[in-house]
Amino acid sequence: MLRLPRFKYLRPKTAREAARMASELGPKAMFVAGGTDLFPKLKRRQFEVEALIGLDFLSRQVRAGADEAEVDAGVTLASAAANEHLSATFSGYAEAAGVVSSPPLRNAGTIGGNLCVDTRCNYYDMTYEWRKAIGFCMKKDGDICLVAPSSPRCWAVSSSDTGPMAIALEGMVTLAGADGERELPVAALYRDDGIDYLAKQPSEVLTSLRLPVIEGNQSAYVKLRRRGSIDFPIAGAAVALRLDGATVTRCRIVLSAVASYPLEARAADDFLTGKTLDEETVRAAAEIAAKPAKPLDNADLTHFWRKRMVRVVVEQALAAAATRGGGSMVKLLGQHPG
Amino acid sequence: MREVDRHVVALEVNGEHAELLLPVHKTLLEVLREDMQLTGTKHGCELGECGTCTVLVDGKPELSCLLLPVQIEGRAITTIEGMAKGSDLHPLQQAFAELGAAQCGYCTPGILLAAKSLLESDPQPTRDGIREALAGNLCRCTGYSKILDAVELAGDRMMSSPPRGVAQSAGGDEEL
Amino acid sequence: MGASNNGFSVIGKPLPKPDAVSKVTGRAIYADDMLPARTLHCRILRSPHPHARIVSIDTSAARRMPGVQAVITGADLPIKFGILPVTQDERALEHEKVRYVGDPIAAVAAVDEEIAASACDAISVEYEVLEPVMSIDEALVETKDERIQDYGGPNNIHKLVALEFGDVDAGFARADHTREDVFFFQGNTHLPMEQHSAVATFVDGRVTLWSSTQVVHYVHRALAKVLELPMNRIRVIGAAHGGGFGGKTDPFAHEIIVSKLAMLTGRPVKCTLTREEVFYAHRGRHPVLMWVRTGVTKDGRITAMHFRSALDGGAYGSYGVASTFYTGALQTVTYDIPAYRFEGCRVFTNKPPCGPKRGHGTPQPRFALELHLEKIAHDIGLDPVELKQRNFVKPMTRTVNWLRVTSCGLEECTERVLNASGFRKREKKRGHGMGFAISSYLSGAGTAIYWNDMPHSEVQIKVDRGGVTAYCGAMDIGQGSDSVLAAIVAEELGIQPADVRLVTADTDTTPIDLGSYSSRVTFMAGNAAIQAARKMREMLVEAAAAKMGAPVEAVAVGGGRIGDFSFEDASILAEARFGTLTSAGSYTPPKIAGPYKGSGVGPSPAYSYSACVVDLDADPRTGLVHLNKVWIAHDVGRAINPLLVEGQVEGSVYMGLGEALMEEQEFRKGLHKWPSMLEYKSPTFLDMPEVETFIVETVDPEGPYGAKEAGQGPLLPVIPAVSSAVFDALGVWIDEIPVTPEKIVEALRRKEKGEAARFGPARFPSIPYPACIKVEPPAKELDRAAPASI
Repeated sequence: MLRLPRFKYLRPKTAREAARMASELGPKAMFVAGGTDLFPKLKRRQFEVEALIGLDFLSRQVRAGADEAEVDAGVTLASAAANEHLSATFSGYAEAAGVVSSPPLRNAGTIGGNLCVDTRCNYYDMTYEWRKAIGFCMKKDGDICLVAPSSPRCWAVSSSDTGPMAIALEGMVTLAGADGERELPVAALYRDDGIDYLAKQPSEVLTSLRLPVIEGNQSAYVKLRRRGSIDFPIAGAAVALRLDGATVTRCRIVLSAVASYPLEARAADDFLTGKTLDEETVRAAAEIAAKPAKPLDNADLTHFWRKRMVRVVVEQALAAAATRGGGSMVKLLGQHPG
Repeated sequence: MREVDRHVVALEVNGEHAELLLPVHKTLLEVLREDMQLTGTKHGCELGECGTCTVLVDGKPELSCLLLPVQIEGRAITTIEGMAKGSDLHPLQQAFAELGAAQCGYCTPGILLAAKSLLESDPQPTRDGIREALAGNLCRCTGYSKILDAVELAGDRMMSSPPRGVAQSAGGDEEL
Repeated sequence: MGASNNGFSVIGKPLPKPDAVSKVTGRAIYADDMLPARTLHCRILRSPHPHARIVSIDTSAARRMPGVQAVITGADLPIKFGILPVTQDERALEHEKVRYVGDPIAAVAAVDEEIAASACDAISVEYEVLEPVMSIDEALVETKDERIQDYGGPNNIHKLVALEFGDVDAGFARADHTREDVFFFQGNTHLPMEQHSAVATFVDGRVTLWSSTQVVHYVHRALAKVLELPMNRIRVIGAAHGGGFGGKTDPFAHEIIVSKLAMLTGRPVKCTLTREEVFYAHRGRHPVLMWVRTGVTKDGRITAMHFRSALDGGAYGSYGVASTFYTGALQTVTYDIPAYRFEGCRVFTNKPPCGPKRGHGTPQPRFALELHLEKIAHDIGLDPVELKQRNFVKPMTRTVNWLRVTSCGLEECTERVLNASGFRKREKKRGHGMGFAISSYLSGAGTAIYWNDMPHSEVQIKVDRGGVTAYCGAMDIGQGSDSVLAAIVAEELGIQPADVRLVTADTDTTPIDLGSYSSRVTFMAGNAAIQAARKMREMLVEAAAAKMGAPVEAVAVGGGRIGDFSFEDASILAEARFGTLTSAGSYTPPKIAGPYKGSGVGPSPAYSYSACVVDLDADPRTGLVHLNKVWIAHDVGRAINPLLVEGQVEGSVYMGLGEALMEEQEFRKGLHKWPSMLEYKSPTFLDMPEVETFIVETVDPEGPYGAKEAGQGPLLPVIPAVSSAVFDALGVWIDEIPVTPEKIVEALRRKEKGEAARFGPARFPSIPYPACIKVEPPAKELDRAAPASI
């Protein structure tokens, strides 16, 4: 049986206390909430820590207001997916939370955890013995990137489903540090680096996500994965749209799993804004959105095909968001093609 | 090796309270199987990828391979050993036995518990609803067909009769 | 559905399994659930290199670690073993050379698993790294450093086979049309939910091993050989079994290691493989490259076939010699091929060894054959189903390669699935397709793995004071072999299956059965059980008749009664009359192998038949496939328990769909690319379509009550039916398994560019096959074909 390494378990009562502990212990400690991403990685010895700082104190409320919804970081993905207010007002977000991994993981995994989920690579998400056999990579214990050996950087892939959606919805996160709190747009939480993929201080605790109510906004998330469940995204598109009749008055498209961070498709947003949403503009926008996506050979299926699929998920997500008013639900590509 | 951090942890498993001195890095899966002799909870990967080790925490399926006992103190844990009432099988167990939904039986405890949670929130799920709810539990033997049939049968029976176990006669009955 | 139980009281009834309650309550004890007092935990150090010589192993640091009780290396277990007598090429721990990443090198027994794992990490091994051989092509040419194994050859060839039945050249000469195709079937693995596990004790000079194995007998033999103990000092017990599919059919290193460590430490020792190690233990589906050439007349009758296979065997022999023969054996059991040439080759590569997985060696050629015949039908403008039907074998015939076909439900299976699915009336619409395929499989191999004249299965029955116990070495791996035994004994003795106590898979207490593989248990143990039960019944009837003062013919058996007496009273009368009531039955397959070397692989006392239709949507833009429904009909001879037959058929469909669409073993930089449940894609509840199952009963003349196998055959037609349905939907052939979306998109791109509308291997390599052994075909009618033995 694969087992966890030994560690101390610390139980702070508040976020500030947790942040203080983390800044004292430095890289020897990590936060743990649901543990669904952390524990497998600890078992595979991808992280080495002396202490885990439990975030069990995090609240688990969804507060629906007229201007915004505030989702506590401790809310489980299952609760977020099933939350009536989120489903009605931020349907793409509830949808993204509802397609993370599998049902039992969503009952433990938190929305904060999914925003901060480690980047992935199929040279890295392997056991210690496997990584030792192939030669350690720069993300852990080694100094080269096995996907792109001549590259000076790590190309591990951002694998959050909810992160791109929260960006598309123009969400903000609250970060608690030892000396106080600060707010950050979700978009600013990520960095284009497979190793240092989060822009927050390691000692800062993500305590909540705030999603602003944007009148008339409609959103959808489409995730591509091999199976109908369990799998991480191998491409995904988060779309938030506001339409005036058929004219796009506001548009945010963010891609998942095609770079080391959620990839904002600003050029496509600009292209669509002011245009009539029809088959042709959707296709053109998807083409523009997909252009900067650079999948590499470090996830399921070939990267050529994944690259090709980015356009498809964007088109589907746009179509799904646009038809949200009518209540149509685009099925996951992994299950229901076409 | 680093020294072991031990905590006294109060667990409530199948309605019974236990206070255990545990290495804090031992997962619930290991504690159930090795410290509490509740070996009905199986394991297939220990990485959250197969669903085999599913238990219920406050009635919801979670993976015991990814849970620390210290994180779930005070919450109600249900394992397969807690599903039958004495020797009365839960209607799901009864239906799984009758319809051959357990072949090798290794994924069965986890699937039964996930199905129990489903039927408690939705007594008459659609076939697709059952698929969605059980999508985190892999089975290599059955092709899932008989499992779907069994969950439907148990759901029907639970609707039409008060929710208590069906009698199981000693030694396994031919009329099972 | 549709199973009959005419005249039977138990046979044909959908009864739950005897262990159903223990499995749904979590009470079944699997090997890893056992934890005898003072158990030590074992972990195994494995090779990080695909190919290397071991220069030195230093275990001193590991030995010094507190909690470590024993450390062993290959020097402690130097004797080689292997499942086939001709390929005794494995060591429990290798101390000279490692041949794949994962090859076991050293083992530690410690007071807990954490310490054992740390101790493994503290063992230092010095290697001389050798150039690995990672593909069939590489194995066929001279290696840079040295060969993987020191037998076989040339180069890294393990086995070459060449057989010719009838005049193949003449057959091609009279063909109106011939066609050649090349196919590739990627390797995949069993992925049982239960990781292999074994616990050993050493008490009073005797080793007892509880293991998750499909064959206690073969483990018993391997332990005796490597531990150098007489078999009577070793007891192997099959623990409750968490899934095999062929993957637990070899004796494994960890089983030998824990036994040795128990002998050294005097304490119980347990080893449960991690999921990654299960991928290294493997013995799964061989990757097979295939070339096939067939000649047909203009009305679609086959005149000759030439089939070549090249199997990527991995680093060791395992069942590989048999697997190689199987890639060429069963083509003739579904289609009447008047002249047939088969050339097979297995190579060694630096990967985990391949072996038997559900359908052993036959899903790959079945995939090739079914698609190849469809293509021929398209060539000559004939409906593919019609072409296949015109060539169906007939019951009670012998094939060109001497295989004896008795019952054969091919026609009925075909009609059932075609009618139910509406296949013939399907709407032609781009993006939607239906595919049809058929297949056949063995009900147990007609010859044993190691040559002997003993029975393949034995059953004993004991009755005392009304209690009935049946003993048999067969291992219930979840397929329900215990149910079959209980049902048969109950049927014959007029009682209920729940009245029969079962003692199975224990080499001390049960008579031999060669194990749960090759789809042999229902047929062989079933016949042995009938024989044993009928002997017991005779005694009970005779005693009852004597007491009744009636002739034995007047004593009715059934409903828990023997004549005028309850079963219990009759058993007391019989025990008083005969003393201890025991009976035994055994089964030896008929000697039906053909008169040529290599004829041992392929003969079976009976063949099951299956037909399948798959309905799917395939999206031309993305290549994504959505399965709508599967119809499958299976000729099981007779369903002893239709519930369990359906379960086997549905499970086979599932596994076939997984292989067809997503399961594959790939290697990168010498390593298994994804040894995990996350990255090795096993279909979830959401990926599995509805399956409609038809049980077809042809009542085989030699099967128990006419029964044949159900556990493997139904997997076979599913895979080609998926690829055929993709062709139906999009007009491109995917000649390579798995059928992934990227392959479909690529095939469509090629079609658009005017290239061949297919995705698959371009060529078959040049292989130095020997000259064919030429074999005269037998007479086709069964009664004119004299049985022969090798």
